[in-house]
Amino acid sequence: MNTNTTLSAPDVAQPSVDVSRLDVKIGVRDLKFYYGDALALKGINLSLYRNMVTAFIGPSGCGKSTLLRVLNRMYDLYPGQRATGEVLVDGQNILAAGQDPNLLRSRVGMVFQKPTPFPMSIYENIAFGIRLYERLSRAEIDARVESALRRVALWEEVKDKLHNNGLSLSGGQQQRLCIARTVAVQPQVILLDEPCSALDPISTAKIEELIDELKSDYTIAIVTHNLQQAARCSDFTAFMYLGDLVEFDQTHTMFTLPRDRRTQDYITGRFG
Amino acid sequence: MSETINRYYPGRRRRNIVTTGLAYVATAIGLGWLVIILAVLLWEGFSGLSVAVFTEMTPPPGSDGGLLNPIIGSLIMTALGVLFGTPIGILAGTYMAEYGRHGRLANIVRFINDILLSAPSIVIGLIVYEIVVYPMGHFSAWAGAIALGIIVIPVVVRTTEDMLLLVPNPLREAASALGLPRAYVVRHVCYRAASAGMITGVLLAVARISGETAPLLFTALNNQFWSTDLNSPMASLPVVIFQFALSPYKDWQALAWTGALIITLAVLALSITARALTASGKRS
Repeated sequence: MNTNTTLSAPDVAQPSVDVSRLDVKIGVRDLKFYYGDALALKGINLSLYRNMVTAFIGPSGCGKSTLLRVLNRMYDLYPGQRATGEVLVDGQNILAAGQDPNLLRSRVGMVFQKPTPFPMSIYENIAFGIRLYERLSRAEIDARVESALRRVALWEEVKDKLHNNGLSLSGGQQQRLCIARTVAVQPQVILLDEPCSALDPISTAKIEELIDELKSDYTIAIVTHNLQQAARCSDFTAFMYLGDLVEFDQTHTMFTLPRDRRTQDYITGRFG
Repeated sequence: MSETINRYYPGRRRRNIVTTGLAYVATAIGLGWLVIILAVLLWEGFSGLSVAVFTEMTPPPGSDGGLLNPIIGSLIMTALGVLFGTPIGILAGTYMAEYGRHGRLANIVRFINDILLSAPSIVIGLIVYEIVVYPMGHFSAWAGAIALGIIVIPVVVRTTEDMLLLVPNPLREAASALGLPRAYVVRHVCYRAASAGMITGVLLAVARISGETAPLLFTALNNQFWSTDLNSPMASLPVVIFQFALSPYKDWQALAWTGALIITLAVLALSITARALTASGKRS
């Protein structure tokens, strides 16, 4: 390879911030994760700051999705998967015995790679989760459904067909419906696991705008394979490799002055 | 290369023609019997179809009558059998697909269920005779319904498990991610996604038991008279067909043909409904 070729990192959109003035929303301390006997996370330490977007990047299989699935204990659904260490949400260790994973998940919402609308109407897709935790009148639920759909800029597109099946929407609309559903139960943290990888560029741009808009109210973590996306949307970036957290810093620093050689190679496209 | 093709091509072509021909013949033989059965049933049974069949009781030999009491008896016992077997089948199938999927118990239950699925129905009739009819001291519609219910269970267990396994895991994860407890996820998301297939399973079970004779012979027996008393013997279409078809009386034999036609048409209608439901489930 010609070493004179200029490989450059993507341009960063978010300005750098003064970390000392930020609140830690989620603190991860020496987190190890096992699939059966296989060690998938080898002792992770990092902090997710309130009202900030943190991007997780790294090659496939590096553990970034695994880490995300620990933050709302999604791994609990499967036998043989376990985590050790501490994950402190508002100072409370969610890995400790006696923590209710359902209450945790109502505070830490998650959006998946493929849109997963429930097999019910658009309206019900959103009202469903609200009714579980709150006793509201019909009118209040209507208002919550509308505000959730407005929040994700879907209201104008679906207001006349709220009772159509959620599966009748396009892929990008379905993904925004899934985000609306998550927002409607009023979590504090939103985890996005490659939310745009099944979407076209226009839908992707809409979701990215939405992330920017949502961070005023939520703490956001996003796993992405798209470095431009990490550079555009996030305030902090974590680069993971083979189950280790190689580097964690402000996106601005990470994409201009990476400390680790591997980070530099990855973000400039030399490997990955 | 082209020489190789030339060398092998004629032989392959001949084998292809022969095998395709054999497949057509096999299909024709298989379908042929079905067509013959339907044609004979229509030929023999259609002339006997009249209002009287649905409004009059089974007659003594030599007089006019209908099939009202066995039709009602079949409806009552089939309905009770489904009411009895469906909840058990759905709950067991749900356990296997949703809760015990990775466990040993589910594998054992699945194995036993497969045996039950292929158990001869006369064995089920005998067992119900032993545990229900004998202690009660007499034949009854209850015993018949229980025997039919036991036949429903493995069919519904199997279809419920299969249909729930088709529900993609990301859908369960997405529902759990909202903070929904597992039971809620199963009831409101998985059942809804699998509903068309699960209903189809119940309809197929209805089709299966509405034609069963053997388990009813030892349990509900038969009844020449009008009876809706579940504690006494009750007539059913398959048993009446069995009795009338074997009799030497021409008018009884004619009624047996008509009864057979009615059952066949009912089962056909159920199967078509089940197919339509499956198709609509795939579309949505």
